[in-house]
Amino acid sequence: MYEFLKNLDRRWIFLLMLLAVSFPILGRWSFPEKISPMVHDVFAAIEELPEGSKVLISFDYDPGSQGELQPMASAFTRHCAEKKFKMYFLCLWPLGEPMIEKSTNLLKKEYPDLKYGEDFMSFGFKAGGEGVIKVIVTNMRELIPTDQFGTGLDNIPMTKGIQNIQQMDLIINVSAGDPGTKQWVQFASTPYDLLTVSGCTGVQAPLLYPYIPKQLRGLLGAIKGAAEYEQAIDEHYPKIAAMPEAQEAKQRMGAQLVAHILMVILIIVGNIVYFVGRKRGDAR
Amino acid sequence: MKRTVPLLIAMFAGIMLLASTFIPLTETWGETVTIWFDILAVGAFVLGGGNLLKIHLEKISSKRSGWAFSVVTLLAFVITLWVGLVQWGVNPPKLYPTHSWAGNYIEEGSGLFWIYDNVVYPLTATMFAMLAFYVASAAFRAFRAKNIEATLLLFTAFIVLLGRTYAGVFLTDWVPGFMAMITGMTPEHFNTMQLDELTGWIMNAPNKAGNRAITIGIALGVVSYSLKILMGVDRSYLGQD
Amino acid sequence: MLRRHWAMILGLTTLFLATGTAFATAGGATGSDVAHEWNLLEELFNPKKTWLLIWFILISGVVVYYIRVASSGKDLKVREIAGLSAVDEAVGRATEMGRPVLFINGILDINDIQTLAGITVLSRVARTAAEYGADLEVPTCRALVMTTARETVQEAYLAAGRPDAYNEDRIYYLTDEQFGYVAGVTGTMVRDKPAACIYMGAFYAESLILAETGNHIGAIQVAGTAMPSQLPFFVAACDYTLIGEEFFAASAYLSGDPKQMGSLKGQDMGKLIGAFGIILGVLMATLSVLFGGGIFETVLVYLSEYMFGDDGFLMTIILMAGGGG
Repeated sequence: MYEFLKNLDRRWIFLLMLLAVSFPILGRWSFPEKISPMVHDVFAAIEELPEGSKVLISFDYDPGSQGELQPMASAFTRHCAEKKFKMYFLCLWPLGEPMIEKSTNLLKKEYPDLKYGEDFMSFGFKAGGEGVIKVIVTNMRELIPTDQFGTGLDNIPMTKGIQNIQQMDLIINVSAGDPGTKQWVQFASTPYDLLTVSGCTGVQAPLLYPYIPKQLRGLLGAIKGAAEYEQAIDEHYPKIAAMPEAQEAKQRMGAQLVAHILMVILIIVGNIVYFVGRKRGDAR
Repeated sequence: MKRTVPLLIAMFAGIMLLASTFIPLTETWGETVTIWFDILAVGAFVLGGGNLLKIHLEKISSKRSGWAFSVVTLLAFVITLWVGLVQWGVNPPKLYPTHSWAGNYIEEGSGLFWIYDNVVYPLTATMFAMLAFYVASAAFRAFRAKNIEATLLLFTAFIVLLGRTYAGVFLTDWVPGFMAMITGMTPEHFNTMQLDELTGWIMNAPNKAGNRAITIGIALGVVSYSLKILMGVDRSYLGQD
Repeated sequence: MLRRHWAMILGLTTLFLATGTAFATAGGATGSDVAHEWNLLEELFNPKKTWLLIWFILISGVVVYYIRVASSGKDLKVREIAGLSAVDEAVGRATEMGRPVLFINGILDINDIQTLAGITVLSRVARTAAEYGADLEVPTCRALVMTTARETVQEAYLAAGRPDAYNEDRIYYLTDEQFGYVAGVTGTMVRDKPAACIYMGAFYAESLILAETGNHIGAIQVAGTAMPSQLPFFVAACDYTLIGEEFFAASAYLSGDPKQMGSLKGQDMGKLIGAFGIILGVLMATLSVLFGGGIFETVLVYLSEYMFGDDGFLMTIILMAGGGG
C-alpha cells in the first residue's frame, strides 16, 4: 500500500477528482449559505443606491473563467435590474463581449420592460487593457464614441450626457485577471474616489483584500462569494428566489464541497506517506 | 544609434507618463502615450500572424515531428481569419441597413460567434477546469508538514478549504453556543471559533498583511527597475547587458 | 554617466514646471485674478499629489544615490538568490542530457515590467545556453515579446561568441489567447521533454498547468514572478522560485554591474522608509485608541489621508482655513 501511494500515478487523483465533482453536479446537490460580512457589504453597496443610479458593469473575463464568474455576473445583473438602475456594460477582454450578451439576453428574457438604450446599453469590448480605464475615467468619448452596435453615444438616451465614468454612481467589476479589479481600483476608484464593488476568481481574491474597504467596498470571492450573494438577493427578492436559474452558484457549491473534502483527504494521505517514508528512511 | 533611439523613446514615454500623474495639464499626454502602445500592439498582430504561418508551414513542409498539429493550427487560423474578415453571417445594424460591414462581428448568429460558442468556449473552459485536477495532484505531492511553518500552513489550508464550503458551518456551527454554555459568556465572543468565521479572519488579517508586505516589496522593485530603464542603466531588454 | 542621472532628475523636475508654465502661457493666463492664479497653479501641479511627489523624489533619490555610491567602487553585498544560481545549473543539466531548455516569458505584453524583467533573465539564460551549446526554445504569447526576445537572444549568442548557433525560429509566437498558449506550450513540453523549464514573467491561472506539466516530465524548473496569487503554485511545483522583488533583483544579480547593485540597496532603503511609516501608523493607531484620540488621532489622520493618501500636503488645510476650496 505504502509503495502504491508513494509512487501514485497522478491519473488516480484525476479520476478521484472527476468522481468528486461529477456526483454533486449530476445529483444537483445544494447546501444552505450563510452570508458573510464581505458579501453583505457588496449587497448593501448596491441595495443602498437610489432607483435610476448609473452603474458601469465591466465584465473582464472570458470563457475560461466563465464557470467560476458567470453566476455572479448574472446575479449582479438581476440585482441592478430589480433596483431599476441604468446599466452600462463594458468589457476589456477580447472574448468578453459574449459575456455581456449573456447579461443583456437575461435582461430581455426576465425583464422585458427594460429597453436597450434607456435602461441598459453596452459599450462592447474595448482594446487597450488598463489604458482604456485611464482614458475613459477622464474622457470617455475619445475612446468610446459609439456603443457595441456602432450607434453614436449622443443617439442613445442614457449616454447623451455621459462624458466620463466619474459620472457613474457605482462601478461593478467581474474580474478574472489583468485588466481587472486591480486596474479599476488603481486607475479609477482610488484616484477619483468612485464607489466600486467586485467579484473575482478564487485565486485573485487574496490579492484584492488589501484594497477593502476604502478603495473597494466589497468583494465576491469565486463561487462561494457568488452563492452567498445569491442568498442575499433571494432573501430580499422572493421573485428571484423562486427562479431555479438564479441559483446557479448555490448549486455549484455542492461540487466545491466534495472537491475540498477530497483535497483535505489527499493532503492527509500525502503526509502519512511522507511520515511513513521518513520513518523508513526513504523520504524524498 | 540602434540603441540610443529606443532608449530615448523609452525615456520620453516614461517621463510623459510621470508628468501626466502630477501635472493636470499634461493628463492627456499619458493617455496619448498609452494609445501609441495600443497602435503598436495592433501592428504586432500582423507580425505574429506572419510568424505563425512561417513556422508552421516550414514544419509541415519538412514533415518534422508533430507536423499534423501544425496543419490543425493553420486550418483553425485561416478559417477563423476568413470568417472574421468577411463578417460571415453578420447582419447589418438596424440604424445602417445598407452598410452590411458595419455589423457587430461577434453578435449571436454570426460565423465568428459560432466558432466562439462551439470551439473557443469549450476548449478554454476545459483548460481552466483542468486546474482542479492539477491543484489536487500538486497538493498531494507537495503539501508536506516538513517543518513548523509548513505545518502551520497546512492547518491554515484545512481551515480555509473547509471554511469556504458548507462543511465549515456544518462542523462548527454549534461551537459558540456550546462555549457560551460552559463559560457563561455570550455566544458572539466565540464566533471566530466557527470555521467559516475563522476563514474570514484569516483572509482579512494574516492574508491581508502578508499580501501587503509582498505588494510593497514588489512595488519598490518596480520603481527601482523602472528607474533603471528610464536612466538606461539596464538595457538588457534592448539585447544588451 | 552618473552626472547624467542627476541631470535627468533635475531635468524631470524642470520639465514638470516648464511644461506647466508653457501651457499656462499658451492658455492666456494673465495672473491678475487671485482665483484665476489658484486655478492656474492647480493646472500646473495637482496639490493632491504632493506627498506622492515627495515619496517619488525621496525613493528615486535614494536609488540614484546608491547607484552613485556603488559606481564609486564601494563593495555592496547581495545575498545569494538560490533561484538565479539554479538557472545556470538547469541549463547545464539540459546540455548534459541533450534536451532543450524551455523559457516562458509570461503571458503579458512587453509594456509589463515583469515581461521586461523576464527578458533580462532570458539574456543570461541565452548566453549560458550559447556557451554550453544547449538548445533554447522560447514560445511567446505576444508578438512584440517575440521580437524583443529574438533581439535579446541574438545579442547574447553574439556576446558568447556563437552567433552561428542562433536560430530565430526557436523563438516563436503561439497565440495571445491565454489557454490556447498554455495548450501549445504544454504540448511542446510533453513532446520535446525539455530538461529545464524556466518561467519568468507575469502569470495567471496557467502557472500551475505549466509547472505541473514540467514536473510530470521531470524537468528542473525555475520560476520568477511578481504575481502574488501565482507564487504558491510555483513554490509547490517548481524546484526554485523567485518571489516578487527577488525577480526584479535578477538583472542586478546576474549582471554583477555595480550600478545595478546600487539600485538594489536603494530599493532596500525604500523598504526601510515603508517599514518606518507602517510602524509609526500602527503606533499612532494604538495610542489613539488607548488615549482617546487627541494628537495621536491627528497624526494618524495626517499619515493615512495626507502622507499616504491623496489629500495633498497642506494645501487642503490652507484652503479650509481660508474658506476656499
